[in-house]
Amino acid sequence: MGSPMKIRAAIKDGRTEVKVLIAHPMETGFRKDPEGKTIPGHYINEVVAKHNDKVVLSAVWGPAVSQNPFIQFQFVGGTPGDSVSVTWKDNQGDSRTDQVALS
Amino acid sequence: AQALEGMFKERTVDDVLKALGDKPTPSDQIVLTTPDIAENGSVVPITVKSSLPSTTDIYLIIEKNPNPFAAAFAIPDQTDAMISARVKVAQTSNVIAVVKADGKLFSATRETKVTLGGCGG
Repeated sequence: MGSPMKIRAAIKDGRTEVKVLIAHPMETGFRKDPEGKTIPGHYINEVVAKHNDKVVLSAVWGPAVSQNPFIQFQFVGGTPGDSVSVTWKDNQGDSRTDQVALS
Repeated sequence: AQALEGMFKERTVDDVLKALGDKPTPSDQIVLTTPDIAENGSVVPITVKSSLPSTTDIYLIIEKNPNPFAAAFAIPDQTDAMISARVKVAQTSNVIAVVKADGKLFSATRETKVTLGGCGG
């Protein structure tokens, strides 16, 4: 399930600014361990952010996204009490969803 | 999303662009912000902002990475055509932001120098 994401969503001038910090190793599959064995790739390949039930960002990633990925974006609208949720899925079948309420 | 999976396996920028469709037209309506010099290539902040009308997708390509295609973001109507993320840049390389707007592809390119060992040289 991974560790909880840190999601910050703030209303500013009619827009909602969202910052997301995800805890994930984002292992490329290119690195080798000290014995010379290739470390298997382990990375998030899909991210979807929603404002209430509406998708406001969807992303498809490869292993070149940094460890513990950070993304920032903004969308039009958002009122206090609305939900902003983020879901990720990784290449090993793990996934996680976290949500915050706009304040 | 499925259609993009194969893009991450491509080994050259040309192959990535071929898979995306057209060759993108360079555009000054795309503002690509990357560090000139990244002391730590494993965490390189990138911001892409597109002022092109009907921007629907933003793609990040790192030319010299083993697999140049790094990330794709789909931008719904409600969302501003601006995204910040952090990526790995294996060595000094051009970073290319490709934007799909009104079904056509546009691009902006910037070089990021990666210094190994973190001595700032």
